[in-house]
Amino acid sequence: MASLRDIKGRINSTKKTKQITKAMEMVSASKLNRAEQNARSFVPYSEKIQEVVTGIAAGGGTVKHPMLESREVKRTGYVVITSDRGLAGAYNSSVLRRVYQEIKQNHSSTDEYTLITLGRVGRDFFRNRNMPIDKEVTGISDQPDFADISTITSETVQLYTDGKIDQLYMYYNHYVSAITQEVTEKKVLPLTNLGEQGKAAASSSYEYEPSQEEILEVLLPQYAESLIYGALLDGKASEHAARMTAMKSATDNADDLIGDLSLSYNRARQAAITQEITEIVGGAAALE
Amino acid sequence: MKTLTVSVVTPDGPILEDAYDMVSCKAESGELGIMPGHIPMVAPLTISAVRLKGNGQSDRIAVSGGFLEVRPDKVTILAQSAERPSDIDIDRARKAKERAEQRMADKQSDIDMRRAELSLKRAINRLDVHDNNF
Repeated sequence: MASLRDIKGRINSTKKTKQITKAMEMVSASKLNRAEQNARSFVPYSEKIQEVVTGIAAGGGTVKHPMLESREVKRTGYVVITSDRGLAGAYNSSVLRRVYQEIKQNHSSTDEYTLITLGRVGRDFFRNRNMPIDKEVTGISDQPDFADISTITSETVQLYTDGKIDQLYMYYNHYVSAITQEVTEKKVLPLTNLGEQGKAAASSSYEYEPSQEEILEVLLPQYAESLIYGALLDGKASEHAARMTAMKSATDNADDLIGDLSLSYNRARQAAITQEITEIVGGAAALE
Repeated sequence: MKTLTVSVVTPDGPILEDAYDMVSCKAESGELGIMPGHIPMVAPLTISAVRLKGNGQSDRIAVSGGFLEVRPDKVTILAQSAERPSDIDIDRARKAKERAEQRMADKQSDIDMRRAELSLKRAINRLDVHDNNF
């Protein structure tokens, strides 16, 4: 049986760990609030841009743009959104596992795909496995501005425009609620399903100045970039939620552990006292 | 008199939503003035100032990377960035201007040149909107 001192030490260290996890839980909770707000304030922009894009894509019929048409796929781009730090439960591993499986299934050589990673964990994961990373961003703030990531989004869309990739997928954790996050796969480019979506929504016909093609030229890259930004905001909200839940269960576990340890501490103390009494009584009896 | 509901939306959230009598802005194809009852229209905007007139006052907003959606009673401006004069960080804009000028003077590759040009445009636009130079 462990000595009193050992148990006492373990109780103390567990208490300290609990303090840390508790603090991290509260920090994540407040960050989650902010991240949720950010994701909400992005909604009007994304809805509007989607409305206009689908309106044009469905209304015209004759409009042609490389981003709207699928072409033969020689190389696929994967945007993977992870966090910079760990301690967020299954947040990173579930996304990474999914992407890894997907790539192993669909590609036999590293020439057929390329990765764009947002977040340190994802970058390190693929780098360790010698997979090609085309672009990477780490150290994205917890409340990212559009300006913070506009470079990587426009460069990513540029890869498609330049013909270096022929389709673009995005993997991230979709924020369902504070306790549920879902790994989501989203096809960003080409934007093939816009036409069907738009047919229902195309109520108003617009005048285009100067022309539909030229507007699409400006609008579609912006739209694709906004999709990536939206996913990042969604991912950030999920990250904080995942970390909060993970830290909450860590705190609960610490509580359980402290309970168990206190019980055995008390038992050991009681045993020691009982033993002392028995010894004294035994000693006294021997004297009589 | 009829008014236009103008909303300016960016990825970081809505910047403004209010009723005005007239919107004038600079589209890729030239200056546009929009009053209530305009035909539905979509047009990309240049890096420029959007002027909004109504209630005896006029507001300015610096936009970049945006476009304009017009409906008879509503104008929506979607931009990658949009700022009211009071929100403009004047020091940052000045520094960005200097940096861009420096880069253009250095004459690097074409892509860098194009980027520097765009960031110079944005900086000048912000400074103009802030100081009301029109």
